[in-house]
Amino acid sequence: MDYALQQLVNGLTLGMIYGLIALGYTMVYGIIGMINFAHGDVFMIGAFVSLISFLLLGAGGITAVPIALVLVLAIAMCFTALYGFAVERIAYRPLRGSFRLAPLISAIGMSIFLQNFVQVSQGARVKPLEPVVRGGFVLHQEASFSVSISIMQIIIILTTLVVLAVFTLVVSRTPLGRAMRACEQDQRMAKLLGIDVDRTISLTFVLGAALAAVAGMMYLLYYGVIDFFIGFVAGVKAFTAAVLGGIGSLPGAVLGGLLIGLIETFWSAYFSVQYKDVAAFSILVLTLVFMPSGLLGRNDVEKV
Amino acid sequence: MTEAIRKPPANPYVALLKDAGLAALVALGVGAPLLGMQTVPGGRGLALIPRPGLLLATVAAVFVGRFLLGLLFANRRSAARREAEAPPRIGPSPMARIGKLVAPGLLAFSVLMPVIPGIGRYEIDLGTLVLTYVMLGWGLNIVVGLAGLLDLGYVAFYAVGAYGYAIMAKFFDLSFWAALPLTGLFAATWGIILGFPVLRLRGDYLAIVTLAFGEIIRVVLLNWTTLTGGPNGMSGVPRPTFFGLPFSMAGGEGTFAGFFGLEPSALHRVTFLYYLILALALLTNFVTIRLRRHPVGRAWEALREDEIASRALGLSVVAVKLTAFATGAMFGGFAGAFFATRQGFISPESFTFIESALILAIVVLGGMGSQLGVAIAATLMIGGFEVFRGLEEFRMLVFGLAMVAIMVWRPRGLVSGREPSVSLGKRGTIGSEHVAEGKG
Repeated sequence: MDYALQQLVNGLTLGMIYGLIALGYTMVYGIIGMINFAHGDVFMIGAFVSLISFLLLGAGGITAVPIALVLVLAIAMCFTALYGFAVERIAYRPLRGSFRLAPLISAIGMSIFLQNFVQVSQGARVKPLEPVVRGGFVLHQEASFSVSISIMQIIIILTTLVVLAVFTLVVSRTPLGRAMRACEQDQRMAKLLGIDVDRTISLTFVLGAALAAVAGMMYLLYYGVIDFFIGFVAGVKAFTAAVLGGIGSLPGAVLGGLLIGLIETFWSAYFSVQYKDVAAFSILVLTLVFMPSGLLGRNDVEKV
Repeated sequence: MTEAIRKPPANPYVALLKDAGLAALVALGVGAPLLGMQTVPGGRGLALIPRPGLLLATVAAVFVGRFLLGLLFANRRSAARREAEAPPRIGPSPMARIGKLVAPGLLAFSVLMPVIPGIGRYEIDLGTLVLTYVMLGWGLNIVVGLAGLLDLGYVAFYAVGAYGYAIMAKFFDLSFWAALPLTGLFAATWGIILGFPVLRLRGDYLAIVTLAFGEIIRVVLLNWTTLTGGPNGMSGVPRPTFFGLPFSMAGGEGTFAGFFGLEPSALHRVTFLYYLILALALLTNFVTIRLRRHPVGRAWEALREDEIASRALGLSVVAVKLTAFATGAMFGGFAGAFFATRQGFISPESFTFIESALILAIVVLGGMGSQLGVAIAATLMIGGFEVFRGLEEFRMLVFGLAMVAIMVWRPRGLVSGREPSVSLGKRGTIGSEHVAEGKG
């Protein structure tokens, strides 16, 4: 029981990270109907920018943990958002209105490019970061086993919830959010009503990349090591989460992320660690086959 | 504000400079953390080394590059818009007309290549590699180009073929020639097993599920140590024989060299492998061309053009998709068996997602559905890789960038637009947007 409780805590933390990445997929898919294949790599870039900012702050003498965390978060979000902007501008915008596979292929190219860009510029080795936040609480103590939650895990869960709340507000209450939803429903009509569609799509990528940066920073803090390849698997899993939750649905993305995180953690804990990716990918297949619109998704009716 | 209302700037160069300046600014922001700083192992954890020179050089390069691009293409609209505005082309495209001459030439060249004087072992090896990818491209072309199903996990079937042959040879002592048809069958079976549950998915979903399948197969190969050797792979895969005559440097009675009374030479095996893959690739091409005139092939193309209409006309969508998937998988399996026997060693590392992406890039760059285009694209791509061999690390960087650039430059690939396999009355060219659409 206690063991399961501990896995629940770990799974929730991991699920929050997946959920944050999944939001980026789901928004982009919602608005332009393409899988932003490079999103996982934007997440990886976010982790690297966070790492470099931590090192810079450390060298600059800013060691107070709360200040450092907030600063790094802000820096990582800004720079990664710029990546989101650049990726959209270079690889996707020229292909708007082209045939369906073209943006997907150029997205795959972008993903390969970003991975190798980081590999070439920062080296292929894993990058460790000393734990920034230490300590934790014991939730439940038994003779042989104790259930604990670290401060880091609390920070991850809380930050994700706050970011989500802010983000939901942006999408539901601001003019930008309204423009995004309008473009999602009907781009041509939105254009006729005076919405700058290009700008809205660009901002969607920027927001998605900023969320990926948050996820990247959390990943770095939680695991303590990153390399240039983390984006691929995390990206596919986050996409699975987005599909599981119903693509296009924001709460669905987070719900899907949590489920994938929990499934993966429990699978590793009770069955086998080697096959945890297989578990996550099988969920993707099963969802798509039996429930193509996901948990919270709308049913698409295909018109002729 | 729309584009039309905005006033054109007085001086185009000022606008260009402004544009280039903005691009440079973005490059500065994008490059600042990752190019401007380098993380190196330091005393405790990591240390940072600033690299301002590299950063500034990159920013300058972006500025100049953007400015020059702007100068060169000032009046060119984006490829997507050009396509939408261009009048529908009548008759075969220029590329297709040239293709009529190029294809036999290429074929003659590839048949004669090993006997051309001055061609050594290196060139033949490179030719073999190129032909392997040509074959894989043609195999995937059946799935992506003809049936319009986007498969991002094609390498799974390549892996199934390679491991299938290695296991058959190691545990059941089958020769290459006995195992070859079985690997094709084996891979096709896997194609059906994987395809069955997912083929009713829409395009992008199908793509991501096939990617997941590719990864699942790789993870299983990596962890099923007793059968596949896990990360260490399988070594000692038997080399092919010339219909029972082994290639041996020792010469003697029962060997290839001995039987034909030749001086034993390492070139024999290499040349034999070259012709073997050439034959396999041509078989793939031949089957594809013939199938296109067969009801099955027409059903594939009908499905690609409009799934709902084909269903309304009574096609069994699942059966049609499965045959395409299985046929593509079978050729992938053949190529895999060839790969295993050529290398003599296989490991899961050879079957990563990058490999799938490379094959898909070949198909798309070649102009989906065009056999000649795939062959040219494979030659360019693998040849390009070979040229950049010295720059090991930068190779994939350039590859990724090239994929983006080619898509932006020619979204439909090199040979876009091809003659329809069947048409009523006057022959015309299918608009390439139809070739690639694959809705449903």
